[in-house]
Amino acid sequence: MPDGYRKTALHDACIAAGAKMAPFAGWTLPLHFGSQIAEHRAVRAAAGLFDVSHMAIFDISGTGALTLLRDVLAGDAARLTSEGQAFYTVMLDESAGIIDDLLAYRQRGGYRLVANAANRQAVGAWLRGRAGPDVTVTERNLAMLALQGPQALALFETAYSAGVDRLGSFHAMTLGDWTLARTGYTGEAGLEIMLPNADAPGLWARLIAVGAAPAGLGARDTLRLEAGLKLHGQDMDNGTTPLEASLAQTVHWQPPERHFIGREALAKQAAEGARTRLFGLVLEGRGVLRSGQRVLAGQGEGLVTSGIFSPSLGYSIAFVRLPSDATGPAEVLIRGKRQRASLVRPPFVRRGRPAFQKID
Amino acid sequence: MSDTPDDLRYASTHEWARLDDGSVVVGISDHAQDALGDVVYVELPELGQEVQAGEEVAVVESVKAASDIYAPVGGVVEAINEALDDGPEVVNQDPYGDGWFFQITPDDETQLEDLLNAEAYAEQCAAEQD
Repeated sequence: MPDGYRKTALHDACIAAGAKMAPFAGWTLPLHFGSQIAEHRAVRAAAGLFDVSHMAIFDISGTGALTLLRDVLAGDAARLTSEGQAFYTVMLDESAGIIDDLLAYRQRGGYRLVANAANRQAVGAWLRGRAGPDVTVTERNLAMLALQGPQALALFETAYSAGVDRLGSFHAMTLGDWTLARTGYTGEAGLEIMLPNADAPGLWARLIAVGAAPAGLGARDTLRLEAGLKLHGQDMDNGTTPLEASLAQTVHWQPPERHFIGREALAKQAAEGARTRLFGLVLEGRGVLRSGQRVLAGQGEGLVTSGIFSPSLGYSIAFVRLPSDATGPAEVLIRGKRQRASLVRPPFVRRGRPAFQKID
Repeated sequence: MSDTPDDLRYASTHEWARLDDGSVVVGISDHAQDALGDVVYVELPELGQEVQAGEEVAVVESVKAASDIYAPVGGVVEAINEALDDGPEVVNQDPYGDGWFFQITPDDETQLEDLLNAEAYAEQCAAEQD
């Protein structure tokens, strides 16, 4: 691995577990631990453990914290009425382009935002640029582990008896100075755990000891795509709005008097109708869907934004950006040959089984 | 450290070739399968297809990327490994055995001598990793 990449507190533990490391957003992180597909299946069948310490964590405190978040997030932070509540939303610029998608948590003394590692600078600068003297924005240097899968909560209870099995989805609790959140990026039940770096190797070892399988970024990508979850930088970016990224549910229009950055531009687009949006794509022909491939559908054409071979389904699936009124069936150009594909409504997989609906 | 059996010849593009009773069996090296990660799809040449040495004749798709496979010698494709259709993971599990790709009746067996021996190929792989 070249010099200059940041290492997480779990770097040595991952190497010891057989990780093949890869550079990602300035960090060196485990790509896989031998077989990406086996790790994917372990998460769908039981529980996998990911080092996601590269994620950017910001704590927002002070009397102006809520006012700031109501301004910079498309989701209304006023809806986070009790400690531990969380939602998934987006941060927009004035033209409603997505600066990042993120999780917002209410916590003691304020709020926490968990953003993508690749957008650490952009999100930090945006927050600080709009924070008044009554707000403190603190970037936290914490480790973060994701324990995901149908057995994740039970495994955590075996190891720590913390009561996470009673925690609701999109809710967090604290255990000493650890934050345990019922969130994730795999479509399975599970936890994301934010904790001091010094505690991370012990937690990692304990969860492996009770049966969690180490899993890498490769499996994380195939799991999230099967679950219909988008990735900033691929499926959306500063040039796409939440409507174009099929993320309308992350925008809270009520109450109408709340101003948030990007609201006017987004309202205008909502009234006119977005020209494009993301569709699910299922390959019927042969090959593997990859980002950048051309897709020809009824009412127009577009490009694949993320594509994978789905380990759960045994064939290839993707997100594709197409005119909003596109219809199936479609064709994809794979190495110059046209292959048949269906347009679908994600998620692709739920509880390990096909869950998509075809759009004809 | 990946496995590079002494009795095979190797292309710099990571295919191996084994002379077997007058025909040449072709697959990808252990180094190649390790670098690709889990193999999910293999597109094989047609039976009876005439191929030139160095010509793109197959494609291997892994979880990571699609890679072209080149014919290490010229000749006619006389067999393809159809088991890869349903079980492409065998390329990872047994790259020099059940994970073979195709078999060629060579125009000229001496083309094998243009390929690398195990020692030279292992050196190339080591250099790529630096």
